[in-house]
Amino acid sequence: MYKILVAKELTTNIYLMEVEAKRVAASALPGQFVIVRTDENSERIPLTICDYDREKGTVTIVFQIVGGGTQMMSALKAGDSFHDFVGPLGCASEFCKEPLEELKKKNILFVAGGVGAAPVYPQVKWLHEQGVNADVIVGSKTKDLLILEKEMEEVAGNLYVTTDDGSYGRSGMVTQTIKDLVAEGKKYDVCVAIGPMIMMKFVCLLTKELEIPTIVSLNPIMVDGTGMCGACRVTVGDKVKFACVDGPEFDGHLVDFDEAMTRQQIYKTAEGRAYLAAKEGATHHGGCGNCN
Amino acid sequence: MDVFKKVPVREQDAQERATNFAEVCLGYNLEEAMAEASRCINCKNAQCVQGCPVSINIPGFIAQVKEGKIEEAYQTISESSALPAVCGRVCPQESQCEGKCIRGIRGDAISIGKLERFVADYARENGIKPEGAKEKNGKKVAVIGSGPSGLTCAGDLAKMGYDVTIFEALHEAGGVLVYGIPEFRLPKEAVVKKEIENVKSLGVKIETNVVVGKSVTIDELLTEEGFEAVFIGSGAGLPKFMGIPGENANGVFSANEYLTRSNLMKAFDENSTTPIMRGQKVAVVGGGNVAMDAARTALRLGAEVHIVYRRSEEELPARVEEVHHAKEEGIIFDLLTNPVEILKDEKGWVTGMKCVKMMLGEPDESGRRRPVVQPDSEFTMELDTVIMSLGTSPNPLISSTTEGLEVNKWKCIVADENGLTSKEGVYAGGDAVTGAATVILAMGAGKAAAKGIDEYLSNK
Repeated sequence: MYKILVAKELTTNIYLMEVEAKRVAASALPGQFVIVRTDENSERIPLTICDYDREKGTVTIVFQIVGGGTQMMSALKAGDSFHDFVGPLGCASEFCKEPLEELKKKNILFVAGGVGAAPVYPQVKWLHEQGVNADVIVGSKTKDLLILEKEMEEVAGNLYVTTDDGSYGRSGMVTQTIKDLVAEGKKYDVCVAIGPMIMMKFVCLLTKELEIPTIVSLNPIMVDGTGMCGACRVTVGDKVKFACVDGPEFDGHLVDFDEAMTRQQIYKTAEGRAYLAAKEGATHHGGCGNCN
Repeated sequence: MDVFKKVPVREQDAQERATNFAEVCLGYNLEEAMAEASRCINCKNAQCVQGCPVSINIPGFIAQVKEGKIEEAYQTISESSALPAVCGRVCPQESQCEGKCIRGIRGDAISIGKLERFVADYARENGIKPEGAKEKNGKKVAVIGSGPSGLTCAGDLAKMGYDVTIFEALHEAGGVLVYGIPEFRLPKEAVVKKEIENVKSLGVKIETNVVVGKSVTIDELLTEEGFEAVFIGSGAGLPKFMGIPGENANGVFSANEYLTRSNLMKAFDENSTTPIMRGQKVAVVGGGNVAMDAARTALRLGAEVHIVYRRSEEELPARVEEVHHAKEEGIIFDLLTNPVEILKDEKGWVTGMKCVKMMLGEPDESGRRRPVVQPDSEFTMELDTVIMSLGTSPNPLISSTTEGLEVNKWKCIVADENGLTSKEGVYAGGDAVTGAATVILAMGAGKAAAKGIDEYLSNK
């Protein structure tokens, strides 16, 4: 059993939990993920690691309610436990292996959309701890749904917040902010974009045009997370990769997003999609790809 | 009684079982088991033992069954095997112990597998446990993976007095016994869990949710956690696909995914929260035991199921018993047929599979006749689900994170007959070494490695 030390709702339907998981905390790196199960009959739900504390032996996860499994997770309180919590899975971000000197020379841009701010945070934090300052764009539908702003501010070089409806920060989609920053004369050697599939697709279309190499983190359907089931296969260039062992990060300019988005629908039912649209109400924009 | 005929084993009716997940084979009762055991002529130079990868004293336990001494028979088997209820169900006895049975030269071989199963089931139902070590030696050994090779290696080492911890990547112990082999061949709660409990009763600890190579490395287990030797029994690995167009369409699954959803995640049960595609018309591509398991699972979930295999019936790698059961239940065999493309609709869902007819040509390096395409034989099968059951390739998780661990050109871990790898104190066995094979061969390798580890640590 893996004890939950902190559990809070960050905003409507998005939750943060700090969980005691010593082995995961001891070896986690930015870019990796965990799989959790609420009780002995639950699904295995993959979630990107948002933060980890090696001393305390804890790992922080952030998740959005997108179905029955995450709904069940959201009901857990501090003091409760997850039945299973396994990781760290997948490969760490490329830059963890790069020589620091090289890394320091680079201008890095992170683009986070919605709950994607959670997996972006440990990467920016890790770089910050190595003395590398990266620019971060965080996009959110409205001001109310923005998460981890304060935390991100502490570790980012420059933080640019944008809301779809203009209720806070800049106005418009993250792609607009990328265009604006480049127009303002900013130069980036690499971009890391994490968020809804549709956002990553459009960021990649833009950065391809702007000739900025771009890394994305995919979160496809998976069962075991160790390479055994192949549910998470994704086409990257002309190769089929397993996101769980080859990823979750890939060259965004080579990812077949349309196929990846289609594959996310495999277990979605018409009722489930209708339920999601109704449940999310005003916050529902279809961008996470879980309903369309 | 005709001594040349085996006592038939009772099975669930084919029509009925095609719609449920209860066990197909019902096994012997005491009377039937004693009758079957009495056919054994107790050969001096028993060939059956030679045919058993874990060298069970087969004539010994059969003689005990003949006298109705089932508890003694169980202890005899337990000296050699940690998983008799499993082996009695899934071993390919026809090519091992029973294949060598002298009785089998003239008449039916003794049903050794069914007798083993009876003994193990009797022991379980009557609370009889295997006998553990008299004293512990305090030496710690780590076993990676709780499948057949890991459980066997751990059980044997525990009986020798070692302090054994198994690390399992999934949330439940058992490996392929829980995620791969379906309930109707190997009941999970009644058989697998109980047999794992027996291994634990020998003192073996099992830590689930540990992915060795990610959560912790082998080097860390050896240097930081006090383990003096490690056995790698991490299993087969990554499912293979054909590489044909349309293979990523919605509705194409690996047999591993399909079976894991149904077996480990219990998706066959309506009350499970894990979804599984309940297709109307399903093609399973491949002809091995895993293909049979996937096909028979899809059938039970309500589909019309076709096995699509590029060679002929004679070359089917699956056990004869599995093919026989599949046919009885209504699986359709499309032999000498090979898929070339998976067709999908505009939304990305499978609508069919383009196939070609094959014929058998000259024998290839495996000795089997190589299938070649018949000209102008292309045709389309209408389908909504395709399950690829083409075998696996090794998982690099451990080999890529362990300093000095040699792999061969297929990326399987290299180990000698005692399980020793290129790294001191590190042993390996089962599918991680051989590529996908059988439960009992993995158990044999686990057993050999336990002996190898004991010799190594005794002389250290």
